[in-house]
Amino acid sequence: MSIDWPHFTPWSALMGGLLIGLAAAMLLLSLGRIAGISGIIAGLLLPQRGEWPWRLAFTASLLMSPVLWQLHSPLPVITLGTSKAMLLIAGLLVGVGTRMGSGCTSGHAVCGLSRLSPRSLAATLTFMAAGFLTAFLLRHLL
Amino acid sequence: MLRLLLAALSGLIFGLGLILAGLANPAKVLAFLDLAGLWDPSLILVMISAIGVSAVGYLWVRRRGRTLLGDPAQLPTARQIDRPLLLGAVLFGIGWGLTGICPGPAVVLLGSGASDALWFVAAMLAGMLLHDLWRRRA
Repeated sequence: MSIDWPHFTPWSALMGGLLIGLAAAMLLLSLGRIAGISGIIAGLLLPQRGEWPWRLAFTASLLMSPVLWQLHSPLPVITLGTSKAMLLIAGLLVGVGTRMGSGCTSGHAVCGLSRLSPRSLAATLTFMAAGFLTAFLLRHLL
Repeated sequence: MLRLLLAALSGLIFGLGLILAGLANPAKVLAFLDLAGLWDPSLILVMISAIGVSAVGYLWVRRRGRTLLGDPAQLPTARQIDRPLLLGAVLFGIGWGLTGICPGPAVVLLGSGASDALWFVAAMLAGMLLHDLWRRRA
């Protein structure tokens, strides 16, 4: 392992994390809900009574956040170097996996770990390990 | 109305945080997941500060026993570390490792006009729907 110092961005990482944590705390303090993005979005697909409006408000403004960012400054560089077929396969895996596993990076890693939930710790360690392993296989063995 | 505004504000701040943190750039996430290559550890710092701030909010709500608007907090009740949890996490981790995209950044990517993100988001929604319909039937 060698650290990529030129691309290491400690300050924007810490500040970005701070905003993510603030958003999660705000949703919990105001609506009493966990800011798990996969759960919030999935609840839009098969809606239950009274659940739709807040989920739509959250998701729509998440979608609009880059538009608002651009009013102030240009977006950081985005590199999406994956084929359409790979995006489809990965999207399907992420969709099924986050529902089966009851959460993703936000619900388990951010919110779950901040509640010291053993279940979220197990999920986080598992998807991190799978992510590291997949990236390794894809970049170094295939 | 206040609830909707606060939900919208949370979504907005969440998205701005993802962009600032660099998580809306799949290449940066993949650089973090690629331990054996040139490793970018930035994501660890994102996690540390996000968890720190979120923990303060959680402790506050737990001490009050309800939200600031007076509602009961709806925290997850499941405790068991079972097969669906771990298998789901494996599937999600593979998809994440293939592309560097997880659900929040997927939505932000779509909003940023990265048209290829549509393929990912459409497949993700289909996957979620398929799973939930299948579980509803079972």
